Amino acid sequence: MTVSQTSFGSHEPVLEIKDLTVKYRGDTRSTTAVDRVSFSIGVGEIFGLAGESGCGKSTIANAIMRLLRDPAEISGGSIRFGGKDVLAMRPEELRRFRWQDVAMVFQSAMNSLNPVMTIGDQIVDIYTTHAGYTRKESLRRAAELLELVRIDPARLKSYPHQLSGGMRQRAVIAMAVALKPSLLILDEPTTALDVVVQQEIMAQIKELQRELGFSVLFITHDMSLMVELSHRMAVMYGGRIVETAKAKDIHAAPLHPYTQALMGAFPPLTGPRVPLTGLADGVKFSNIADLQEVSPAHFVSPLPALQGAQP
Amino acid sequence: MSTPVSARPAPAAKEQDLTQTGAPALEVKGLVKDFHSGGLFSRASVRALGGVDLAIRKGEIVALVGESGSGKSTLARCIARLEKPTAGQILIDGTDVLKRDRFQASREYRSRLQMVFQDPFGSLNPVHRIEHFLTRSLTLHGKAGTPDQLRRRLDELMTTVGLTPDMLNSYPHELSGGQRQRVAIARALAVEPEVILADEPTSMLDVSVRIGILNLMRQLRDKQGISMLYITHDLASARYLADRIAVMFAGELVEEGESLDLLANPAHPYTRLLVSAVPDPARTGSYDPHERAALRAAVMESASCAFDGDAEQRCSATEPVRHRVGDPANEHWVRCHLYRPPATAASHALSAEPLESPDASPTDDSRTENKASA
Ligand SMILES: Nc1ncnc2c1ncn2[C@@H]1O[C@H](COP(=O)(O)OP(=O)(O)OP(=O)(O)O)[C@@H](O)[C@H]1O
Ligand SMILES: Nc1ncnc2c1ncn2[C@@H]1O[C@H](COP(=O)(O)OP(=O)(O)OP(=O)(O)O)[C@@H](O)[C@H]1O
Ligand SMILES: [Mg+2]
Ligand SMILES: [Mg+2]
Repeated sequence: MTVSQTSFGSHEPVLEIKDLTVKYRGDTRSTTAVDRVSFSIGVGEIFGLAGESGCGKSTIANAIMRLLRDPAEISGGSIRFGGKDVLAMRPEELRRFRWQDVAMVFQSAMNSLNPVMTIGDQIVDIYTTHAGYTRKESLRRAAELLELVRIDPARLKSYPHQLSGGMRQRAVIAMAVALKPSLLILDEPTTALDVVVQQEIMAQIKELQRELGFSVLFITHDMSLMVELSHRMAVMYGGRIVETAKAKDIHAAPLHPYTQALMGAFPPLTGPRVPLTGLADGVKFSNIADLQEVSPAHFVSPLPALQGAQP
Repeated sequence: MSTPVSARPAPAAKEQDLTQTGAPALEVKGLVKDFHSGGLFSRASVRALGGVDLAIRKGEIVALVGESGSGKSTLARCIARLEKPTAGQILIDGTDVLKRDRFQASREYRSRLQMVFQDPFGSLNPVHRIEHFLTRSLTLHGKAGTPDQLRRRLDELMTTVGLTPDMLNSYPHELSGGQRQRVAIARALAVEPEVILADEPTSMLDVSVRIGILNLMRQLRDKQGISMLYITHDLASARYLADRIAVMFAGELVEEGESLDLLANPAHPYTRLLVSAVPDPARTGSYDPHERAALRAAVMESASCAFDGDAEQRCSATEPVRHRVGDPANEHWVRCHLYRPPATAASHALSAEPLESPDASPTDDSRTENKASA
């Protein structure tokens, strides 16, 4: 199968993933966390990735960053960044790749700051080590970065435990954009942010992204945010992509029953309370088939038989 | 997981519950928390909670929403006795627990009240398997039973939160973010507490699993009468699950009321900002950052209240007081100098007596000390 989607902005994708398969081999539990996944992200494109909890989204992000460790095994497929084979990179190439080319906000962001260093020292560290700025210049930029994510620069002197969950998340976002990467991976970056702050931060990122032209891989469970922000998106289930298209097309006409469940499951903000169910009990999708193009640039995995799936 | 939501309990049943015990399941009065800030030798402190009053009835679910950094987790952590409040009272069934167990929460307290932490990556010790966390909770609180019963209980707990029993053998790092969140929920449920404080328990779950967990929590409330403080940034889920919503802003509760009414008629400027900001894919084009910034500046960056010092305003000489909003049945109130009831509701005009909260007298003093909200 070839999924040659039209990329946004440029013909040359920044990131190109083909048939990626990742397995976790445990003595009790072996999982194929990612199963023949393909997608690409163009220059200046925001690509959204949504899906079931546990369907392999973070695993894909970690694979791109080459951060998967032992029980994990990339058993097939390729990851190319700017035409280069990421899986074949040598250690010094990898270091540059991780800091200057790609930056990632981990899902565990709230818990990923160094507990014994102030926020300021951690940002200054990034600048002095990787950009060669003086300490003074780094401090000035660190203050700017915090303002970008709506944190009072006085907080440069705070230790992580002195910040709220959402503040820590924002500090990590600030660090990720510090070095102006060409690909920014955001794994659930706003779970601890109220909608007001969340929108401001995402608007800031979008503005930066327009200005600097970087690409974004945006993982979130917040479908409205994803649709609002992404150019294209993919929906995953059980390690496979079940649907991918322009975000607006998926929003307007989700085709796969799982995508429909995701789109239709949030409770309304007006009107009476209506009982909702997630996916109807017992609805499981298995043997998910390869994607097929059903309308221009809209790919869906065909359902052989609706195994008890309900509309 | 996907059992449909049962109807909300009849008000009669709730009333009965209340009269049986006479006291809310959980009540905080005038809770203040100051954090030491700055360097080792600095005496500077920040006020994270400025006199919070909140009551949760038996079998009631109250959602706590608010700005990032406004003190929601601090409130929950104080109630769970993980932080020592600077001042105030925490009452469980009418008993002041800060007086009864002065230094730390007793085991009895923890078997009645459990907390689900905001960060699922920081709250599960990485050296233990999932089975350990659940078994420990069950044993500590005498719910383990025979080995057979324990095994069944473990499997059952995993299934209720939508995980498979084979994950009991996994270590936390082998689970995805949403899977960890569900383990944290299962751990709290294992204890069968009377009160659950859940700090963003479902933020990393896809909507379809999230609905399952929300339905589960509602079922626990309906069947076992559990009371819950549900901290969330997801207004839609707050509306879906909670009987009442409380809004926190800069360390204070500024508005509270029946969920549907509060979201339909937000009275505090911050609540209005929050409600207006809920993402809506139907909105054409992206949102306008300048417009939002202006709105935000009006609400959040005003150094003082525009009505401060206006001698015409009775409340401006002191703290904002609670004003009732709309129908008293909705128990909807707001604390804000700016609040003007709609012209039609002239009987609640601002010059009227401040709304008496049922328990006003003991906390009034503490409230006048700080002046924060608009
Ligand atoms: N180190 C590991 N060992 C074994 N299994 C693992 C490991 N890490 C992840 N898994 C499993 O791989 C699957 C995919 O995990 P992943 O973290 O990629 O999910 P996710 O899509 O990011 O989910 P969430 O939205 O809940 O964060 C899950 O079922 C998880 O349990
Ligand atoms: N241990 C601490 N030391 C100093 N300040 C603290 C400490 N814990 C919290 N704070 C401060 O108290 C305030 C409230 O923090 P809290 O974590 O309660 O916010 P929150 O409402 O839970 O926010 P979020 O939605 O971002 O999680 C913040 O300004 C935070 O920086
Ligand atoms: Mg994840
Ligand atoms: Mg918090």
